[in-house]
Amino acid sequence: MPHDHHDHDHDHDHPHALLPPDPALRVKALETLLSQKGLIDPAALDAIIDTYENKIGPKNGAHVVARAWAEPDFKQALLADATAVVAELGFYGRQGEHIVVVENTPQCHNMVVCTLCSCYPWPLLGIPPAWYKSDAYRARAVREPRKVLAEFGLQLPEETRIRVWDSTAEIRYLVLPMRPAGTEGLDLQALTDLVTRDSMVGTGLPQSPA
Amino acid sequence: MSRIHDMGGRLGYGPVQPQPSEAVFEQPWHARALAVTLAAGALGQWNLDMMRHARECLWPADYMRFGYYEKWLAALADMLVAQGVVCAQELRTGQAMGESPLATRRLSAAAVAPALARGAPSLRSAKAASPWPVGTRVRTLLPARNTRVAGGHTRLPAYLAGKTGRILMQHGSHILPDSHAHGQGEAPEPLYTVVFDAADLWGQPERAGDEITADLWHSYLAPE
Repeated sequence: MPHDHHDHDHDHDHPHALLPPDPALRVKALETLLSQKGLIDPAALDAIIDTYENKIGPKNGAHVVARAWAEPDFKQALLADATAVVAELGFYGRQGEHIVVVENTPQCHNMVVCTLCSCYPWPLLGIPPAWYKSDAYRARAVREPRKVLAEFGLQLPEETRIRVWDSTAEIRYLVLPMRPAGTEGLDLQALTDLVTRDSMVGTGLPQSPA
Repeated sequence: MSRIHDMGGRLGYGPVQPQPSEAVFEQPWHARALAVTLAAGALGQWNLDMMRHARECLWPADYMRFGYYEKWLAALADMLVAQGVVCAQELRTGQAMGESPLATRRLSAAAVAPALARGAPSLRSAKAASPWPVGTRVRTLLPARNTRVAGGHTRLPAYLAGKTGRILMQHGSHILPDSHAHGQGEAPEPLYTVVFDAADLWGQPERAGDEITADLWHSYLAPE
């Protein structure tokens, strides 16, 4: 891509600078232009948005985690080949073609980041939250994960090692948090309800039963 | 050697601001930006690695000034022009100069669910190199750079350049972004998860024994 770097902010030759300055108008301009050219169908855009607003989200990952807590064989299969296991549940797809599940233990807490962009297991967790995509999280999670976790209200015991997974390729990581104490009698749905999104990224813990 | 997007380890950022619950899209136009980008991608005129590189090639001042979906929009506009899907005149006026010959490839609403479910796996069966076994000590390239294309796309973060780690997992052969982002083919190579000791990266780790992993291709590494 050609570059012509000038020494002040707004005068440069990238084509995107031709679009309107307001981002909402910018996306409207692109959508209109591409529709006029017959390249996008607004109904397809609605279907994509509906998918990630209503169909694919952290409840998928929570179901996987709860089953791993409840069923030892499922957990073993999940840790051995998560892609195959979640595909059987219908949780395969874009930005989740190669899934690895990493298990938290009293000795090791796992936490996921993408320092280079925003890689995240979409079919299991949906679209990443703003903090996951923020410059602060991307810069700091690998260098000072304990300070970052404290900002989420999470203090790990000193004996627990942290392993931070930087998602630099197309492998997508899901953290399997530890099952909370006092959940022995709970059914699958009740377990699922305890699993938070952040606990599957490693920046939180599951909720405790009421 | 690194570009603005390569943020791992950088100093100077404030606290992370978690939101316990939030809408999937903070603004309606965020949803639209994501959807336009995915639908345009379905035209097949670029791959994921090319689009990542287009975002990375935003002018650094723009990259830092833009919000997340503004980066997506800007890279999409740049990519549409670079690939000849639209011309600069059309972007400037907002008016199409005729229907595109690519219109036959338009993603229909009915095709959305199958396309999202299909994804774009990067695993390949080709064996370009014999993978090193789990446990092998490896050193990463120094500096982190694309060795095929000067200034090109790479997925070796600068903070991991020239560091020694240990192969933790093998993932089979995957498309090499350093080639694929530049139209030079998939060039699949063994991909590994490599684990590094935080002390080897930062000098003074937060806690001795903490670790960082990254997924790195065969040609980013040399056995120790």
